[in-house]
Amino acid sequence: MIEIKLFEIVGEFAENKDIARDIRKQRIIPELNNNQKVILNFEGIHAATQSFIHALISDLLRKYGNDVLDKISFKHCDEIVQKIINIVVEYMQESA
Amino acid sequence: MKIHLPNSAFLGNIDPFLRTLDITNPDRLEITTNEKWISIHPIVLSMVAAIGLTISPLKIHFKKPEATSKHYLKRMGLFTLLKIPSDIKITEHEPAGRFIPLTQINDSSALTKFITNMVPLLHLKPKHSESIRYIVSELVRNALEHSLSKHGAIVSAQYYKKSNSIRIGIADTGLGIRKTINHSHNAKSDLEAIQLALSPGITGATKKEGGTEINAGAGLFFIRSIAKVNRDYFMIYSGKAMYKLLKNKPTQKKISLHSDPFMDRFSKDENLPFWQGTAVGIDISLETTKELSFLLDLIRETYTTAIKERKKAKYKKARFI
Repeated sequence: MIEIKLFEIVGEFAENKDIARDIRKQRIIPELNNNQKVILNFEGIHAATQSFIHALISDLLRKYGNDVLDKISFKHCDEIVQKIINIVVEYMQESA
Repeated sequence: MKIHLPNSAFLGNIDPFLRTLDITNPDRLEITTNEKWISIHPIVLSMVAAIGLTISPLKIHFKKPEATSKHYLKRMGLFTLLKIPSDIKITEHEPAGRFIPLTQINDSSALTKFITNMVPLLHLKPKHSESIRYIVSELVRNALEHSLSKHGAIVSAQYYKKSNSIRIGIADTGLGIRKTINHSHNAKSDLEAIQLALSPGITGATKKEGGTEINAGAGLFFIRSIAKVNRDYFMIYSGKAMYKLLKNKPTQKKISLHSDPFMDRFSKDENLPFWQGTAVGIDISLETTKELSFLLDLIRETYTTAIKERKKAKYKKARFI
């Protein structure tokens, strides 16, 4: 299992989707490919854009299917971040 | 090219300004101003700057402004950004709490830096800063990613005490919405392209629902929704078309979001001078700003419904014979 502390990488406003894509490709996907679970820790992050969350997780749902959500946990998300994650997770599943 | 800065051009009355833009000769830019007063939305400044950056400063002819409020142009950094001389003298004010001067943003990391510095400049409360930095981030990223403009995105913003609102303008001189959206769709006009771009889940990057790994086609829908719920103006101009979300009447108690921007209260113009790129203006009233959290509930509902409806529209029908 790996825990990724996002605040250390993106600061308190998670909006840079280039960084989100890099985190997904370089840190999340290798763990999932090794059948490891991933915790995305949002502690210290007060807001995120839909673009950031989309770049971080949408391709995981597309590549691994909805069951990937059993392998990823979202930790210390405040209300806004939770809602944006829910929007992305929902539209990705609706789009499948 | 000729641009005349009128005595007043805000989102509510910006149409005459747009109609008088003359973008026909790209080798020379002539800028004139109203002689008595200039009071303009940041989008007007961002557009002037964006177009000015497409040519050499030596080919910009800025007729000396005489208006009492000419200092505004200097204070907002128009002459500095365009590298043209001006003898307007100003007393430098600490910009905190007042405005964000014209800023050219060329890449992703410059945007992150800009947003970090922006919030303290405008002295915003958290509930206001959330929406404003969200809007700037998404709009500028859109411009950087899709417009492919050599000159990036030009941003400016201003706080207006009388209306207690923040007005933001972002302009680029890139591909424009129609070219971008038509990578994967078939918009017949600039207005149709704007309609698609403002709908949830539609992107030029792919036809597929859910978008690509880095693009969902949601950014402009989110921003239109923020403006709609807050009963604020939102204007987008690209190619020959302009779409303007009009203010909702305060008497209308329940606000619902529509996936189709043409179902909102709006105005349009399809015969404007051709703007090579995209310009977006938005007003955020600090009196009525709804919490971003509340907005997200509405957005989630509308977004999901839109996808379901699009999927349903593609279902094969049973044949009864």
